[in-house]
Formats: sequence, structure tokens, C-alpha cells
Amino acid sequence: MDVVVLESLDPLIEELRSAGYTVVGPTVQDRAVRMAEISSAADLPAGVGDVQDPGSYRLTSGADGMLFGYAASPDSAKRFTQPPRQTLVRMRDGAFEEVDEGAPRVALLGVRACDLAAIAVQDRVFAGSRHPDPAYRRRREALFLIAVNCAVPGGTCFCVSMGTGPKATAGFDLAVTELDAPHRFLVETGSERGGEIVARVPHRRAASEDVHAADEVSRMAAVRMGRQVDTDGIQHWLPAAHDSPRWTDVASRCLSCTNCTMVCPTCFCSTVEDVTDLTGQVTERSERWDSCFTLDFSEVSGTHARGSGLARYRQWLTHKFATWYDQFGTSGCVGCGRCITWCPTGIDVTEELACIR
Amino acid sequence: MTSTDRNDRPRLAVWKFASCDGCQLTLLDCEDELLPLASTLDIAYFLEASSAVGPGPYDLSLVEGSITTPQDAEHIRHVRRVSRRLVTIGACATAGGIQALRDFADVREFASVVYARPEYIATLERSTPISAHVPVDFELRGCPIDKRQLIEVITAFLAGRRPVVPGHSVCVECKIRGNICVLVAHGTPCLGPVTQAGCGALCPAFNRGCYGCFGPTETPNTPALNTKLRRLGVSDPDLVRVYRTFNATEEPFRQASEEAEGDA
Repeated sequence: MDVVVLESLDPLIEELRSAGYTVVGPTVQDRAVRMAEISSAADLPAGVGDVQDPGSYRLTSGADGMLFGYAASPDSAKRFTQPPRQTLVRMRDGAFEEVDEGAPRVALLGVRACDLAAIAVQDRVFAGSRHPDPAYRRRREALFLIAVNCAVPGGTCFCVSMGTGPKATAGFDLAVTELDAPHRFLVETGSERGGEIVARVPHRRAASEDVHAADEVSRMAAVRMGRQVDTDGIQHWLPAAHDSPRWTDVASRCLSCTNCTMVCPTCFCSTVEDVTDLTGQVTERSERWDSCFTLDFSEVSGTHARGSGLARYRQWLTHKFATWYDQFGTSGCVGCGRCITWCPTGIDVTEELACIR
Repeated sequence: MTSTDRNDRPRLAVWKFASCDGCQLTLLDCEDELLPLASTLDIAYFLEASSAVGPGPYDLSLVEGSITTPQDAEHIRHVRRVSRRLVTIGACATAGGIQALRDFADVREFASVVYARPEYIATLERSTPISAHVPVDFELRGCPIDKRQLIEVITAFLAGRRPVVPGHSVCVECKIRGNICVLVAHGTPCLGPVTQAGCGALCPAFNRGCYGCFGPTETPNTPALNTKLRRLGVSDPDLVRVYRTFNATEEPFRQASEEAEGDA
């Protein structure tokens, strides 16, 4: 039982909830598609579409009744794999206390192929090194991933260029393709636990028409990418462009606000903060999201290694697209386009790369 | 808590200059932390809370308000002399406050319009931050200051460590809190990308743009933000107003408003 068809997502959501998962999926909040807890398919954004451009995001009305007719939401899976804040260790009266922030059992519904690729990147960073992060591993194991194959890529999407989408091929428990006329969901199983869940919900075996229709959704999505990047030889030409005049140009538009790195599903940088309480008896060390765009991030012995906006932008783009290969063996970019959409001034990495080249 | 004799506790003083008292109230608003605070520190001088005045010198002075009169300018020297550590609290003490709007106009003209006998008004031409007059050990931003940051500064002082008060933008706090970006998703003008964090991204959490209460970030790029705000339809006179609030004379905000004024 590898590929099946569901008439509705409700039994699946119900089954996941009774299996002890908090189901988190796309919802409409504050005029955006946000990942939040859902209790039924009625919470999903029916008939909602989006328009994403550099520095701009607007919801629109999408295809009638379709639940996934929009591109990447501002929320990636990062919030669940790498929480924005976590306490690492606590010291009370001079003694260390272990802090276990727990690993909530979350079923993430609506993860896109680019997000799966991003999770794979984070897996290499946090769990694939010689010093794996046990808390990360626990959170990952507790995460049940239900991918949704993109039907309507956004104006800032370029997963095809990065080889990460639009069809989810690995790294999911279940992968859903939403089909219309009649409305139904083709579901592929990617893991044993995914198969167990699907086996417990009403389904029928997929017919060849269903499979063809789903293939057509992904094929159409692939030709509707909003953007593209020529990554040929990027590992070499991008670091070599250290003195490109384009860096000055982009730095004049860059706010160093960190939005690109915060929304990036692979940007993993954090800082460590130590705080005491008023009595001085309790000390906590915690980790929180940080960014290579903050000045403190490159502070060494009271001086800043990357004091200018130019140096910070160059560092980020070069690392993301080129030196990431040297460090982790892949690109750091998965082509989700979030950094383009959510940059307040609309800096477009694909345009910058084309100009730098 | 060790059995510290009352007299061994570090002595705290809270001073007020030209200000609205809101930052001092933030200290009184510490609620859960107020009792531990009062047992850790000897609150020796805090007229907003008690008329009982303990003599100096003080280990930690929190200074609210800006310097706007010749007497203020004298008095702050006294405060510095009797304080081992001096921390300014709030936009007035740190940047001159809303009353620094006088810097963009003629204060004598104001006085002549407002007061029947303007010659009785002894006021300075400009409203200046404490650091323009005496050395300051730490400046806590905000209009008003944030309660958690105040506690952090005090606990850091007690532990003899650097306070965790980052200089990055409000955007970091928005993303940590899970706010939607109102600038990108709603087209709402927002100073968050050029404003220092500290408030916990309060206004964007309620779908409002940031008003810049905490002053400029460590590396503000206001020309780039102004390009965006203009694209959203913000007029030059409105841009001037956006930057001329509680931190109007902080250099990056001053430049941003003057640039918009030049175009207006």
C-alpha cells in the first residue's frame, strides 16, 4: 500500500490526533498563511491563494475549495526543529540542573518539498556532525511530516533551480497531492509510521488516473517557478566575486534587519545568553535565534569582524550559496523564496546572484 | 538568599529630570520581582515610591529624564558624584526624549506663546541626554523602558556582568515571537527594521507598525527603509513625523527626518 486516495483529510487529522500528535497546519491569521494547531480540515485555508513578490505578500482568493492553493508560508518547519528560544542549562545554588525542554509530538501538515530539503540540511548541521545535538534529534523524531506537493508556486519560488522541488521525493512520513474534479488527495507513504497511520483511515488504492493527475500537478508547478538561479559553478565564482561592485549596491538596500535569516528554513545561527536572577542563586544559559546580520554576531574581543552591512550581506549570500558546500556538502539554499518575499526592501537573491555573476 | 545585613545591601537611588515618570513607574510595576528587588537592594532614594531619603553615596543610580534647565545641568553632576554606577533609563535620559523636539525649533518662541511672563522661564535651548553632561555606565532605551530589561540591567549590575540587552532590530523579536511582518504582509509602515529591540515587538504583535520607541538599532539603514516607506505611499511630511517622536535627536533618526524634510 504505497499510493492511496483519501476523499477527505479529516479522518487523517483525527487519526493523528488520537495517535497523540498535535496537528499543525496552514491557517489564515493576520492576513497570512500561518502554521498553527488545527483540529479538522475546516481549519485549513479553503479557496485561499497568495501573491508573493520581493518585499510583498498578499493573500488572494484562490481556486474554489482547494486547501493548499498557495506557496510557502512565512513559517517553515524551523520553529519546530530549532525553537527560537531554549534553555540549555540551569545552575541553582552552585549545582547544575539538567533542563529538558521536551520534544512535543507534532504532526506538521503542509510541509513543502523545499521545507523537506531544508530539514535535511538542518539534519546534516545538527545531527550529522561528530557532535550531534541530542535535543535536536529528539525533536526531529517527534515530528511527523506530511508534505503537500506544490500546485501553485509563488512569485519568489525557485526550488527547481536548487533541485529541491516542487515534488516531495524523500524525507516525509506522508506526501499529499491535492487533486480536483473530484476533490481528493493522493497520498504517498514515506515511512513505516506514515503507512500505519494511513492504514487506519478510510482510503482506496490510487488508480492510474489519480497518479497521472498528481504527476501533472507537479509538472505544471515546475514550469511555473517565479524565479531561477544558475547554480553552475557557483561554489567557485561566488567566493571569487569578493570584490564585486554589486556588494556596495546591495548593501545600500540592506537593512541588516535579519528578516531573511529569520525566515530562512536553513539558517541555523543562534547565540547563547547567560542570565542570573535577582538573588544571584539561579543562573540560566539559553540559546536563541541570532543572525549573521547583527553586529554582536561577529564580535570578537570587543571588535566586530564584519562591521559593515556590505561585509555581512556578502558573508550571508556567499555562505548560503557557495561555502555551505565546503562545510556541509550541499547548498544552504533550498529555493523557497522566503528571503525574497520577507525582505522589507525586497532584495532578491536571484537577481543579486545574476548581477554578481 | 544569604542572611545579608540590611546595611550590606547595595544602595539604589532613582532620580528624575525632565520626564513623565513612566520609566520610574516601570520599576514600581515590577510586581513579582519587586519584593526580591527590595530585599536585594537598599532602595535608599526613590521619591516616586517613598519620601524617606537615605543619604548617599549610592551604588547604583537609575536616572530618568533629560537635561532641560540650568539647574538640571548642575544637579546631574551631583548625582554623578554620589553614584558608583549610573544607568540612564528611558528615551528622555538616553536620547533627550519627546521634549527634544524643541531642538528643531526656537524654544524662546514657544515660551513667548505659552507663558504670560516668559522671562520667568529658565530653560535651555535644547533637551539633552544625560550622557551629554556626565559619564554614563549604561543606557537603557525605550519609551517607556521594558520591565524585563530593567530587571536584567539591575541583576547584571548585582552580578557584576554585562547586561543582555542586544542592539539588533525589532525584527528579531517579531520573528521569535511569531508575529507576521506587518510591513511585508499588510503594507503597514513600520520602523522595526531600524529600531532597537527591547519591547518584545509589542506593536507588531497587535498588527501595528513599530513607532521606534527604543531608538535606532546598532546599524540602522534609514535611507533604505525610507525608500520602502515612500513606495508604500508615506509622504515626506509624514516621514518627518515618523522619526520625530521619542528619539528624534538620535543621530540616525535626526538624519532620516532631515533628509525627508529636505525633500518635503
